Amino acid sequence: MPANPLPDAEQLLASLTDRMRPAVGPDTGLVGIHTGGVWLAERLHQALGIKLPLGTLDVSFYRDDFNKKGLRRNVKSSDIPFDVDGCKVVIVDDVLYTGRTIRAAMNELFDYGRPASIRLATLVNRGGRELPISADFTGAEISAGADESIELARDAQGRLSLQLTRN
Amino acid sequence: MKIHIKSGRLVDPKNGVDTARDLYVAAGKVIAVGDAPAGFSANRVIDAAGKIVCPGLVDLAVRLREPGYEYMATLESEMEAAIAGGVTSLACPPDTDPALDEPGLVEMLKFRAKNLNQAHVYPVGALTIGLKGERLTEMAELRDAGCVAFSQAEAPFANNQVLMHALEYAATFGFPVWLRPQDPALAGHGVAHDGEVATRLGLPAIPSSAEVIALSTILILARETGARIHVARLSSAEGVAMVREAKSRGLPVSCDIGIHHAHLSEMDIGYFDPNCHLLPPLRSLRDRDALRAGLADGTIDALCSDHTPVDEDVKQVPFSEAEAGATGVELLLPLALKWAAESQLPLSAAIDRITAKPAAILGIDAGHLAVGAAADICIFDSAEYWRVEPAALRSQGKNTPFSGIELCGRVSHTLVSGNIVYEKVNKNK
Amino acid sequence: MWLDPANPQLNKNGELHHLLSLEGLPAGVLRQILDTAESFVGVTQREVKKVPLLRGKAVFNLFFEPSTRTRTTFEIAAKRLSADVINLAINVSSQSKGESVLDTVANLAAMQADMFIVRHAASGAPYMIAKHVAPDIHVVNAGDGRHAHPTQGLLDMYTIRHYKGDFTKLRVAIVGDILHSRVARSQIHALTTLGCPEIRVIGPKTLLPSHVNRLGVQVYADMRQGLKDVDVVMMLRLQNERMKGALLPSAQEFYKYYGLTEDKLALAKSDAIVLHPGPMNRGVEIDSSVADGKQSVILPQVTFGIAIRMAVMSLLAGGQR
Repeated sequence: MPANPLPDAEQLLASLTDRMRPAVGPDTGLVGIHTGGVWLAERLHQALGIKLPLGTLDVSFYRDDFNKKGLRRNVKSSDIPFDVDGCKVVIVDDVLYTGRTIRAAMNELFDYGRPASIRLATLVNRGGRELPISADFTGAEISAGADESIELARDAQGRLSLQLTRN
Repeated sequence: MKIHIKSGRLVDPKNGVDTARDLYVAAGKVIAVGDAPAGFSANRVIDAAGKIVCPGLVDLAVRLREPGYEYMATLESEMEAAIAGGVTSLACPPDTDPALDEPGLVEMLKFRAKNLNQAHVYPVGALTIGLKGERLTEMAELRDAGCVAFSQAEAPFANNQVLMHALEYAATFGFPVWLRPQDPALAGHGVAHDGEVATRLGLPAIPSSAEVIALSTILILARETGARIHVARLSSAEGVAMVREAKSRGLPVSCDIGIHHAHLSEMDIGYFDPNCHLLPPLRSLRDRDALRAGLADGTIDALCSDHTPVDEDVKQVPFSEAEAGATGVELLLPLALKWAAESQLPLSAAIDRITAKPAAILGIDAGHLAVGAAADICIFDSAEYWRVEPAALRSQGKNTPFSGIELCGRVSHTLVSGNIVYEKVNKNK
Repeated sequence: MWLDPANPQLNKNGELHHLLSLEGLPAGVLRQILDTAESFVGVTQREVKKVPLLRGKAVFNLFFEPSTRTRTTFEIAAKRLSADVINLAINVSSQSKGESVLDTVANLAAMQADMFIVRHAASGAPYMIAKHVAPDIHVVNAGDGRHAHPTQGLLDMYTIRHYKGDFTKLRVAIVGDILHSRVARSQIHALTTLGCPEIRVIGPKTLLPSHVNRLGVQVYADMRQGLKDVDVVMMLRLQNERMKGALLPSAQEFYKYYGLTEDKLALAKSDAIVLHPGPMNRGVEIDSSVADGKQSVILPQVTFGIAIRMAVMSLLAGGQR
């Protein structure tokens, strides 16, 4: 039984969508980070009526912990089906924590081209930043202990939920 | 020196002895077995309680690496290794550099060996000049210089005609010819047995037929020329069957196998272990089992070490480039015992194959301990386990497939001509 | 009796530490390499084909047997991982013994090498090297004698999986000089591990290993019989020396009976794919019309080969978990 029950992910997504709506346009490039970020990005892409096709990133090849932890299993493909050069990109991830994943995502994105701007949308901002990175759009601020992790889950019907697990 | 070896179990297969019996040595000979001679007062008493007392081992193939290969090993180191292994008589193959094809070389070798006062050395002379397989050596001169037999070691004949003439010439004088059966063309550049392992590992292979075809040639020519043949280092099941058949037809042929082939097979190559690169190659399990059976039923007369010390550099290379051979004179005894134990044969069977039988092949009065025999004696603990540590071997050759393996049977004393030439120092483990 | 029962390629956690042979690698490891390679194929299709995974690492190409193709592929793969690559072509002629293999390796290890890519004419050479390097150095076998060419086997498996999917439903034929082929041995081991139910080897007896059937394959002397209804045809290169060594009478006779022509290929399934490790002897083991035809996947093999090698090097170089 979690001490602080986590908010409903679907509700957070709804409020995140509302926050993003005035800020995105027909030339916005949406890029989700595998795996939770892609689930969110797919929903946002549809809800916000984004014109450019959805991009996905697997940051495994850009992580900074390769020397300690090696390659993860289940490396997925990265796919940016629009031209990154001069594009206003919004990166989507489920949980913003240390900021290292976003740093890796930005490095990878720059290998595709030179974006005009990059903004970050995240469902949950749990603090604990180790790099100077912040979210432009957030669903909710939730604090958690160093021994806990917050994860996004998706059921068979596509319904999203947040889980808190102790490591 | 007068020596009393007491409380040991005397195993002398030639004389059918396997019982608790004391041994008395004086003036280099066995002067009594069982009860002390009247008035015998020993200078030295060796307590052999719990140990086996047997004739000093007779090893048919020990490479001493002199002359010419001193960077691999020296006469001194290999002779030390031999007596540490309980070997008191050994034959050395002619594949030195230069080959033992001149009386002067043989005399020098015998002279150097004699001065060490360790095992008796019986050089095997080269059959052809330089072992090139083309022109015959002066076998009679070599015999006078001390060669007990003649061989080509691992080198091929230029053609079968040379082989036949060599056998005829040797037969003229009754000289024994030792031959390792291998057809050079069929063997090609092979380094492993042509079987499943070589197929998987992609190693150039030597088929069994290379041995069988050469053996068939040798046996037929032996019969035609009347030469005394000894088949050296058999390796295949078919080869054993062929020798068995030849013996049953009355052909006076003898044969030996290397001690490694009594235990190992192609499977032991594992991940390309160069210590298992041997000549002849380690063949299949079926071949190995046939060799063991041949040793048991007497088709194969003797076990030898085929001692081949090499320097580390030539083994620390990929398998096919490694120099073939293993160091083994210090392991001959425990490995022979292991064969007998695993074949459910008495210990005396093992001793027989490394004393009486090889002595008969060499044609020397050795390998037994009746009264009057030379006091060449090996005393060992048949229940002592020890781990094979290459660095601790006295041989300069550290190339053994048994590295790290525990063997049973450890020499405690070796006597040659009544002198204690080796005594195991008891170190605390 | 070598006291090393453990698989020298895997660490205590069963993860890949060296890549020496496909024999003895669990299916899970093979699949992991193929899956990882898939992501790298995407990278090779981008404008910026590099990822920073091996930045700061030094990869040494130790080629004791010359090969421009394989060496170049490894070099490209390593550079795409941002590694530093040093090429060493070591001339091993019988006259010039020079430095021993182990001395060479020891010297290079002292120069902070992280990975050795080794090609050698003697089977087993990479095992010897792997046995003697420090625990944090990885060895990749780029081809040893007749024994193994694991990255080639892997890229062939990737190619088959890409076009055909499920290995458990395939009939595969390997044609040519299997006796001398490290590629064939690697292919056979990989196919067996990945569950291919029918592997056929086709060639004259002089070019088949004596105990090839113990590898779990079916042997065909008649190519037309052997190609019937197969899904994948893997051709092997025939070297000119084989004609001189009294193994074959002529290239012409070999081509007539064992060369892949259009009419022989027609006996296979209509959607069968044709692979070749390269370089090809056009008109000896394969017709140009087949090599350049619509069933040939020989060019994609090359692209996949870079991705496979990137995958292998990444999986090896990553830290122990």
